Amino acid sequence: MSSLTPANPLVLTIGDLQGNLRRLRKERFMHVLLFGSAALSIGISILIVFTLFREAWVFLSGLIEQSGLGALIDGGARPGWYPRDGRFDLPTIVLGTIIVSGISVVVAAPLGLGAAIYLSEYAKPRTRSWLKPILEVLAGVPSVVFGFFALRVLGPDLIQPLFGTRTPTSLLVTGVAIGILVTPLMASISEDALGAVPRALREASFGIGARRSTTVVKVVLPAAVSGIVAALIVSVSRAIGETMVAALASGALGQAPRTVNPTDTGLTMTAAMAQLAQGSDQVVGDTLAFQSLFFVGAVLFLMTLALNLVADRIVERVRNQY
Amino acid sequence: MALTLNAQRSSAEAVRASLTGGKRDVRGMLFMAALLACLLLAMLTLIVLLWDVVAQAIPVFDKRGTSFLTGELGSNPDKVGVSQGIWGSLMIALFVVVIAFPVGIAAGVYLQEYAKPTKLTRFIQLNIRNLAGVPSVVYGILGLIVFVQGLEWVTGGRSVIAAGITLALLVLPIIIITTAESVRAVPAGIREAGMGVGATRWETTRDHVLPYAAPGVLTGTMLATARALGEAAPLLLIGAITGRLASAPGQSIVERMQGKFTAMPIVIYGWSNEVNKPGKKTGLTFEDLNAAAIVVLLAVVLLLNALAIVMRNRFEKGRQG
Amino acid sequence: MTVEEINVVRPLGLGETSGRRGDEARSVVGGRTGLFTTADLSVYYGSFRAVRNVDLSITEHEITAFIGPSGCGKTTVLRCFNRMNDLIDSARVEGIVAYHGVNLYDPDVNPVEVRRRIGMVFQKPNPFPKSIYDNVAYGPRLSGIKKRNDLDDIVERALRGAALWDEVKDRLKASGLGLSGGQQQRLCIARAVAVEPEVILMDEPCSALDPIATARIEDLMQEMKQRYTIIIVTHNMQQAARVSDRTAFFTTEINEESDRRTGVLVEFDRTETMFSSPTDERTEQYVTGRFG
Ligand SMILES: Nc1ncnc2c1ncn2[C@@H]1O[C@H](COP(=O)(O)OP(=O)(O)OP(=O)(O)O)[C@@H](O)[C@H]1O
Ligand SMILES: [Mg+2]
Repeated sequence: MSSLTPANPLVLTIGDLQGNLRRLRKERFMHVLLFGSAALSIGISILIVFTLFREAWVFLSGLIEQSGLGALIDGGARPGWYPRDGRFDLPTIVLGTIIVSGISVVVAAPLGLGAAIYLSEYAKPRTRSWLKPILEVLAGVPSVVFGFFALRVLGPDLIQPLFGTRTPTSLLVTGVAIGILVTPLMASISEDALGAVPRALREASFGIGARRSTTVVKVVLPAAVSGIVAALIVSVSRAIGETMVAALASGALGQAPRTVNPTDTGLTMTAAMAQLAQGSDQVVGDTLAFQSLFFVGAVLFLMTLALNLVADRIVERVRNQY
Repeated sequence: MALTLNAQRSSAEAVRASLTGGKRDVRGMLFMAALLACLLLAMLTLIVLLWDVVAQAIPVFDKRGTSFLTGELGSNPDKVGVSQGIWGSLMIALFVVVIAFPVGIAAGVYLQEYAKPTKLTRFIQLNIRNLAGVPSVVYGILGLIVFVQGLEWVTGGRSVIAAGITLALLVLPIIIITTAESVRAVPAGIREAGMGVGATRWETTRDHVLPYAAPGVLTGTMLATARALGEAAPLLLIGAITGRLASAPGQSIVERMQGKFTAMPIVIYGWSNEVNKPGKKTGLTFEDLNAAAIVVLLAVVLLLNALAIVMRNRFEKGRQG
Repeated sequence: MTVEEINVVRPLGLGETSGRRGDEARSVVGGRTGLFTTADLSVYYGSFRAVRNVDLSITEHEITAFIGPSGCGKTTVLRCFNRMNDLIDSARVEGIVAYHGVNLYDPDVNPVEVRRRIGMVFQKPNPFPKSIYDNVAYGPRLSGIKKRNDLDDIVERALRGAALWDEVKDRLKASGLGLSGGQQQRLCIARAVAVEPEVILMDEPCSALDPIATARIEDLMQEMKQRYTIIIVTHNMQQAARVSDRTAFFTTEINEESDRRTGVLVEFDRTETMFSSPTDERTEQYVTGRFG
């Protein structure tokens, strides 16, 4: 009670305004605790960067000792990624990743953008209120399930008969499956971008008698273009990092010749990593083959980081724009 | 182009045509149809695939019954089951709840309620956004080096402890970002009211801000848990078991947590690579079993997702009205 | 009383007030104690100076009104009196706000305790999304009052003090958000008085209310002034004339360097004087409605 009795107004000192020490201490303690939690994220990042690059360096120095850095680009007649034989042809898996993420963007960009435009510009609020949640829930389907779909259905029943590929698994199958996987993401970010376009802009266009389709194509899309680009970049980044679909549906098991043909079986960087890790019981931890996992991981990390940073810049700019 | 045409047309007929709903706008209709097709294609493909899986899984539950849920990993499709996968996934969820929930919510609250807009704060924010975009397989490397190898004396090596901590870190940014967003949506008046009667920042946060933001925070935690339950790639690197995993009876819970483990997504990955020979007794193949395992995983993951999204939408609607 | 008289307070220095009673800092205005004295008070938002060089002395058990055109810094100055500006990251305060002679911006002062002693009622009624009872009991609970009986007493007293008790005594468990706007604002007043502050700051407390609710709150303020010192920001000149004992008129002047407007205190005097025979031409123009 005492703290509630007004102090004699004639004698007030700083001591009276210091408040309850216990509460003050608790406040300071919570401040430190909360800050610590936020700062932990920096710790995680440092740990990721440190472990990745240390292990990647171990691999590189081992490689230099064994066969020289030249081994990262196989100059042989039939170059390829054969880690067990000490042949680490980086272009093989990088090309695999580029092909797969390229195909997935070809699938996801139109589907995702189309879906976003429909939801944002055409769907009635009622329709939108149940279509959007379904799309979002579907975005939660784990990637290993997509891998199963690709392996058991998409490959043998759709892609193989349609494109006449030699095998039911291929980079193409992987790309299409990942494309379907990132479509909800593409749709969601694009829809945000479209939603950020001010109403007034649309109304101005309708006001001069433009049709809805014209308004969308000539007014809304151009205004949202940077947000859509960001959506594309994030989707690519996600596709590049997607592992389970690639590990299951690309067809190659731990090794593959270099190829630029999407209908071939092949390896992405992520698939190569997953399969190296899986074989790790046999290839005991310290061999160069196993170490290459970390090197590939570091390259992958840098690629996605660069893409994410660019997308982040664009999103920030869009946010400040309107 | 259509724009100028429209503007120039001024005959009564044209006006009437445009007033009666633009029936002539074939291109516009086609455009809309194409957009709708995109949306439906994106959704229907998945729904059909999911339906297919469910259809394939039904005979498994039919013939195997609960033995599918209690069985262990092995090579005989008549006997194997997902009990170890469920156990592993539950353990992982536990780590997410115990580590990622409190730390993530605390960090989100800090960034929104406490942090001054300094360079350090902006750096932390950028860093968290980027962490959210790091491929999950890279987290697997972190788990392998730091938790499997570095902290082997705690985790026991390739164990569910290492996996749980790794996945907790993986989903941390999701929780931080959603917490910060829902805390940002709390009206300033609530904060001023709390501080105005002499509550400390923490008391205001605990008593008013967090309760107000709770639905949004909860949404984030559920999405994060669903994400952790579905992740397979980091577990592969950490060394979850795909082939055969015999349980050792009489193990203590700590011993079991430090020992070999698997999880639902890894079971699915492993069975995807199995040869499809039907079991002698049941006639079920690993593909059938896998469909059933997927149904088990999806039931949990999609339910969490659906709950989270419905809750978020309710929350947003309630707050607007 | 003139502006020059108030300036007598100026010699108050930072070092003088910290850690001691600081009798020197108290100015004597009309024979009564100056509860608050500001000296050379300026407030910045980032690099923008929102108000400059405010020298004021607030008298105990009086109602002081702040009037002036929009954006002249009334809210900003008011929020200095209970360090509410601390909640705004970019806000920075220069000069002195002395309360009973103690500089509120002294590094040893805990703003939480300041806000406990100096309550605030906001422009928009902002009850917690909790029951009426919990709204009022929140502050006392923080100060460690746990006993149900004590709390019941405090809640009743506070609600009576805010002239709300009769309307809500049967539904104390109902949500505070279910009340009408005027009731909500009185609930906020009850919440503020429940911690027994000495001062209540009110920032346009009636601007969201209809005339009847406004009248009730104005009556309430007259009752409250026996126990509390009240500072009220208002846009309503009649309200200032009706309720306040003293009035401070702020206005804006355009900076030469940038073209942003900085608020200044033009004139501060007894309300009758301010409205009948102000010294400054700008005050006269404003109170007669020819300005702003
Ligand atoms: N949080 C803030 N950040 C930056 N500038 C602010 C902030 N709050 C107020 N200002 C600026 O400070 C100046 C004074 O604002 P203040 O709200 O004190 O005016 P006021 O006299 O209360 O106006 P009104 O009568 O409209 O309430 C204005 O120019 C305003 O734009
Ligand atoms: Mg104001």
